[in-house]
Amino acid sequence: MRYKNCVESYAVLSGNEAIAQAAYEAGVTVASGYPGTPSSEILARFAEYPDVYAEWAPNEKVALEVALGASFAGARALMTTKHVGLNVAADPLFTASYTGVRGGLVVINADDPSMHSSQNEQDNRHYARAAKLPMLEPCDAAEAKQFLKLAFHYSEQYDTPILLRTTTRVSHVKSPVLIEERQKAPIAPEIVRQSGKFVMLPANARRRRLDVETRMGNLRALAENCGMNRIEWHDRKVGFITAGVSYLHVREAFPEASVLKLGMVWPLPADLIRQFAVEVEKLIIVEELDPFLETEIKSLGIACLGKDLISPIGELNAASVRQAVLGKPPAEKIFAVGSLPPRPPALCPGCPHRGLFYVLSKMKCFVAGDIGCYTLGAAPPLSAMHTCVCMGAGIGIAHGFEKALGAEKTLGSVVAVIGDSTFFHSGITGLVDIAYNKGCSTVIILDNRTTGMTGHQEHPSTGHTLSGGKVVPIDIAAVCKAVGIDHVVTVDPNDIQATEDAIRRETNRPQPSVIIAKASCVLLPDMKRKADGNRYVSIIEKCAGCRACIRLGCPAVHWTASGSNAAASQGRSRRGFSRIVQSLCYGCGQCASLCKFGAITSKDTANE
Amino acid sequence: MNKTTSIVICGVGGQGILLASEIISDTCLRAGFMVRQSEVHGMAQRGGSVVSHVRFGQEVFSPLIDNGTADFIVSFELLEALRYLPFVREEGIVITNTQRILPVSVASGDASYPANILDTLLDHSAHLVAVDAHAEALALGDPRMINMVLIGALSRYVPFDAGLWIESIENRMPESIASLNIRAFNVGRSLPYEHMTKA
Repeated sequence: MRYKNCVESYAVLSGNEAIAQAAYEAGVTVASGYPGTPSSEILARFAEYPDVYAEWAPNEKVALEVALGASFAGARALMTTKHVGLNVAADPLFTASYTGVRGGLVVINADDPSMHSSQNEQDNRHYARAAKLPMLEPCDAAEAKQFLKLAFHYSEQYDTPILLRTTTRVSHVKSPVLIEERQKAPIAPEIVRQSGKFVMLPANARRRRLDVETRMGNLRALAENCGMNRIEWHDRKVGFITAGVSYLHVREAFPEASVLKLGMVWPLPADLIRQFAVEVEKLIIVEELDPFLETEIKSLGIACLGKDLISPIGELNAASVRQAVLGKPPAEKIFAVGSLPPRPPALCPGCPHRGLFYVLSKMKCFVAGDIGCYTLGAAPPLSAMHTCVCMGAGIGIAHGFEKALGAEKTLGSVVAVIGDSTFFHSGITGLVDIAYNKGCSTVIILDNRTTGMTGHQEHPSTGHTLSGGKVVPIDIAAVCKAVGIDHVVTVDPNDIQATEDAIRRETNRPQPSVIIAKASCVLLPDMKRKADGNRYVSIIEKCAGCRACIRLGCPAVHWTASGSNAAASQGRSRRGFSRIVQSLCYGCGQCASLCKFGAITSKDTANE
Repeated sequence: MNKTTSIVICGVGGQGILLASEIISDTCLRAGFMVRQSEVHGMAQRGGSVVSHVRFGQEVFSPLIDNGTADFIVSFELLEALRYLPFVREEGIVITNTQRILPVSVASGDASYPANILDTLLDHSAHLVAVDAHAEALALGDPRMINMVLIGALSRYVPFDAGLWIESIENRMPESIASLNIRAFNVGRSLPYEHMTKA
């Protein structure tokens, strides 16, 4: 493939792009995952290489099982996930630790300290310890590539899946990476029956349990000697032990200090750590999130400082590390910006979700929400989402509300909202629960024909695969009916009246129901083309200043408050008027349908 | 150039900030420097405030720019220049598009857009370059060219050959629009801007 940014054999790649390149070079032939920031770009990029198979699985559990199957068959296999996705895949992960592999198997896990695009900032290094698996942690794109290639080698050598942990500032930081040739994977896939290894019946699992301990012992020995863990000797007054991007912050903040840089963060090299600790006067552990290294190092009987200085919350940077260690604020003069109007992310102009949330807001429904672009429905002025926990949770939570309050109190007022991709991820099982246990909740599936928030990935109902192949889209309505929901209706959320009618009817029904609010994401290429020329304008003379359109929270509808003179000149006491910004308007028409004064009209009509 | 140079690129999601950052990083590599560029995807891109960090030099460690240390800020929107001004060091250079894009709270009349931003920017930087990049891009026939106009403006202050910037744009952009992008870059590089320097 051609590199967008390539100078001789180096390219400026993000950590995610470097991981895709490394997987290609390592001879990986099967890769599966589910999109999730900050991991999403890995598979999209990997799918562009020749002679590879890459897929979006419906969720991370399936993705890991697919990669495990490919590994059992002998192929080198990759699974990608964000941190919370590994929770979903935890079940196969813990037992894959027992089965081990045939072809190398690496799970790329991307943590998101500071929660740039996540609902929590769990520290997934704990999974390595809990599942008894080795974990590697690169500090940048070049190391991510180097470590991933080593990981496949070690996976086969030590018969273990390997976790490679990135964080947002490794996944999304671009830096030069050396591009190399592809290698052939060492094993050719074939059917091999190894029941003692792959069938985890208790008798077999008990034998493998012993193998896991032996393996971890061997990996501890590897950790002592592998090049991924290294000491950089400088001044010995203070020594730092650190890993991942924190290493770069430490080097920036304290270029004169000695550093033990850990590339393999589980199992840890106890002897190397002891050797470093005795040579430095003061030992400081710098790590983002939990005191993972610190706890282990202290358990070796080594005195050190860590979370007493460094915050366990959010990302670090060089300044925060410097300030924590030195105990004084930075010397730089910093401009105090004061209070500015915030610019949070918002639903796009023309977003079909807006029409639905407008109705839910108007009806004062309690909305059990989910994870996706539509979580932005929680923001004012719509403020139409009242729970958001994890992928698929909204359906179970709505059902739980009904069982706690009784149907007579939830009918007409409690709904679940979930996206199309999220529905396939983990919404179907929640719906089965409602049908099976005689619930009467209404589930609204926001079907915008894509996985929006993470960058428009395909899913089982879009009609395309990751590599662009055409497939028969899985029919969401048919799935809902098949699990036992008799009342399934489809509405266009841009048609606000029809949407309101459907929600009133279905939420008051004493049986379970599904409303599919179906309209494409306006950022999809086909929809962008349709937008041209189909815009709306406001006729200021007709605008009564009622602000009905403003309540949509559309970035394209602007409000101009009237001065008293302006109001007087219109001959009535209106508060102001609305104006539609042509460069932002998509042409969905939601605002026009809310205007009782005929002041918003399509551009074509206005020109006639 | 032994020290690390830090550039903050900011604006509103959808303005082409990440593409501009890629071109800056790629040009740094072409000029023979180590470079690290940090950005955030996902939730942050939905019309929200977006910031990208580019650091280059013989050796670069942290990918993040600390407050009070950026040599340059290139802002694609006026209010965003003010928002990210704390990154800039005292002698830093501020390059900003003068275009205003109203945050939803301002558009709906619940908050007001700060007044006199250019004065505040000038008060807190050594040198201010104010560019109506939106107007320049419209004059070129494509509002998306804002990013190239602003890269062109930046290129005057970063000591790389113009040819390296152009190579990078040519390499990154599809052939059909590369020449328009290069024209926009040259407009940004050569326009007689309103420069403001503290007396």
